[in-house]
Amino acid sequence: MTETKFETNGSQLTVTRTFNSPIDLVWRTWTEAELLDQWWAPSPWKSKTKEMSFKPNGKRLYAMVGPEGQEHWALTTYHSIEKPNMFSGSDAFCDNNGKVNEEFPIAQFKNEFNDKSGSTTVTIVSQYASEEHLKQVIDMGMKEGLKMTFEKLDELLPAINA
Amino acid sequence: MRRDIFNAIADPTRRSILMSLSTEAQNVNALADKYDMTRQAVSLHVKYLQECGVISIKKEGRERYCKLEAQKLSEVANWLEPFRKIWESRFNQLDSLLTKLQDKKENQND
Repeated sequence: MTETKFETNGSQLTVTRTFNSPIDLVWRTWTEAELLDQWWAPSPWKSKTKEMSFKPNGKRLYAMVGPEGQEHWALTTYHSIEKPNMFSGSDAFCDNNGKVNEEFPIAQFKNEFNDKSGSTTVTIVSQYASEEHLKQVIDMGMKEGLKMTFEKLDELLPAINA
Repeated sequence: MRRDIFNAIADPTRRSILMSLSTEAQNVNALADKYDMTRQAVSLHVKYLQECGVISIKKEGRERYCKLEAQKLSEVANWLEPFRKIWESRFNQLDSLLTKLQDKKENQND
């Protein structure tokens, strides 16, 4: 069982995880629509890519589809790509035509892939626009998020107290 | 003892108080009326939540109003935890997918 590492630093978030597969295969699962759709949405949500062009300035327009059919659309824009070690870009919320919702901040990300003798360590660095923008995201998601979080934390707390 | 968000939400009454403050600030007496316990007991929970930094208390005349410190609560509970859950769920699925892809590749090579 590999451990996921999370670190926060102001408005920046870093996630690190090692996968027990060669770098070329791991790279494909992050960069091909058909493979991305099989894992990108946290269960029980499904990821549905409408269009994807994996190249500098290319975009991926996709929806997160919930168990009751609700859809949250997002747009990823790719900036630089260095196969198979790194790609960077930005994430925004949008409508089903890819029109970006300006009320939400755009997050920048950089994903790095490191070969560790047959395994692959992936590091994801997400940079939010500013702490102000981060607060905005938090406030907007507050009511719904709070409810969900308490349910989650009920599961979590015995583990923390142990 | 230093108290934090996890101490704050460890008790069902305190979780319930936080939930009712998530819609609006309320005065301590109105809050106390909602619970089947003494005013003093509710007051202690409120004080505890204040010590954890997840609510603030403002005096207006003789009333004391409790307000949720959304930012503080969100930092750990609302924002980072769901974020963590999302990534862990994703990664577990990615592990399965990678195993599946590797098996397929090995079968092709046979």
